[in-house]
Amino acid sequence: MARVKVSEAEKVYILHGIRDDLRVDGRSCEDYRHMEVETDVVSNTDGSARVSLGHTAVLVGIKAEIGKPRPLVPDEGYLEFFVDCSANATPEFEGRGGEELGIELSNTLYRVFNNRSSVDLKSLCISAGEHCWVLYVDVLLLQCDGNLYDAISVAIKAALFNTKIPRVHMSSDEEGGKEVELSDDPFDCVRLNVESVPCIVTLCKVGHRHVVDATLQEKACSVASLIIAVTHRGTVTCAKKMGGGSLDPESIFEMTEVRQTTRNDLGFLCVYDVSLVQAGKRVGKALHAPLMKLLQQEESLGKKRQKVGFLG
Amino acid sequence: MAGLELLSDQGYRLDGRKATELRKVQARMGVFAQADGSAYLEQGNTKALAVVYGPHEIRGSRSRALHDRAVINCQYSMATFSTAERKRRPHGDRKSTEMSLHLKQTFEAAVLTELYPRSQIDIYVKILQSDGGNYSVCVNAATLAVIDAGIPMRDYVCACTVGFVDETSLADLCYAEESGGVSSLALALLPRGGQIALVQMDARLHQDHLDTLIEAAMTACKGVSKVLDQVVRQHLQEASTLQE
Repeated sequence: MARVKVSEAEKVYILHGIRDDLRVDGRSCEDYRHMEVETDVVSNTDGSARVSLGHTAVLVGIKAEIGKPRPLVPDEGYLEFFVDCSANATPEFEGRGGEELGIELSNTLYRVFNNRSSVDLKSLCISAGEHCWVLYVDVLLLQCDGNLYDAISVAIKAALFNTKIPRVHMSSDEEGGKEVELSDDPFDCVRLNVESVPCIVTLCKVGHRHVVDATLQEKACSVASLIIAVTHRGTVTCAKKMGGGSLDPESIFEMTEVRQTTRNDLGFLCVYDVSLVQAGKRVGKALHAPLMKLLQQEESLGKKRQKVGFLG
Repeated sequence: MAGLELLSDQGYRLDGRKATELRKVQARMGVFAQADGSAYLEQGNTKALAVVYGPHEIRGSRSRALHDRAVINCQYSMATFSTAERKRRPHGDRKSTEMSLHLKQTFEAAVLTELYPRSQIDIYVKILQSDGGNYSVCVNAATLAVIDAGIPMRDYVCACTVGFVDETSLADLCYAEESGGVSSLALALLPRGGQIALVQMDARLHQDHLDTLIEAAMTACKGVSKVLDQVVRQHLQEASTLQE
């Protein structure tokens, strides 16, 4: 990822601020930066979305193609992920420089999204064992300012919401073989149900506290982070620890109590102990409702919506 | 090609344009805050994003440094979802490498590299949606990005792809026209002096038609330069009013 050099004095400053629930840009530990989501930006894909989270910009395009289902699960379709860390983000990604990060990101995305609890894969099946829809999800990283997983997962959810898969029906030709026919009407399409698609929340451990949506500077001060995929019901579908530091096991595994904050006379917050997973679940669950509301609002504007893209 | 007429009897093309008409150009500079210069340009349905980093110290091997001028490093890549058929590799294939070299050659002619010895200027262009005239849209977007980065140039670099069909030159080809068997020529021009930075054609064309085709390309490029000039002036106006 793009590297930012942070001096020791800056690190101490950031650490002390986070300890008191005040980050460099004024947010609290569980606040996201300003997020912009727009769907249907690229017209020759079946679904697309653009997300900008602070200075991080991500563009996702989904193309649906007909392919052969996997032999172990003949009645399901599947998703293929490809993350392109483009040189636009930082010159270090030129040529093959961004490949390592891209492969790491796409492997995590496979684990989070390509299973039947996240996306209804059975609805992607056309005829069991022979034809199914394969959704090629292509993620394009345009600008890197920390918290890539969150931005990518929101973009994938928005793009899946926007995906229009053409309706097909099977017909048999003269020799008895089956043929797949696409319907002639370009507006006749199937939409995906994205209610249970999870969103990824990245929690970075800085000092003894955890922050959500860390910028590159805060990332440079943290030693370890935890990635949690949370659905709209608050179910954790996938968790992964990244980074070289260690996390306190008590803080990872569920701690049921949340010690109450007590403000003493000076107005400081006293011991405020929250487990990582609880925090992640809370933040993740809170992310889904406004996102779905925004997507549905955008959809309801229909053709009247003015497409802004990068021009705005 | 049966069925589709590239130029109808009334003089209209496939998308309803006349022979010398350009597609609608919309552009914005300063799209990304982290890069030194960036621009987004749409020409019809072709959309390109250009980002410039530099001038900065040479990355990698010092032996590539030139003692009297800057090295220009370009990379052309396409998003995997940009074409109708999904593209498996964004860059690294032969066509992308060739395009990158063309872009490098074009900008070496325009940028005042003598002002920055021993340094490097990176120009990265990404095609988000491809509908013909990829090279031209890249050059136009990259010009705006270089201007946004504040790197001095001799002149705007404007490019256009033109084709020859039925004794007429068509300006600014779209994908359907490019793949419909038209002899296409891509031209990059520095409009004020009328100097050509790059000409590329790989189709058969009778030599009598070459002059008319190049003339048509130069006129189209001058049209593009007017639009780019307007975009730059508007951007400067917006930037300066905000700062006041």
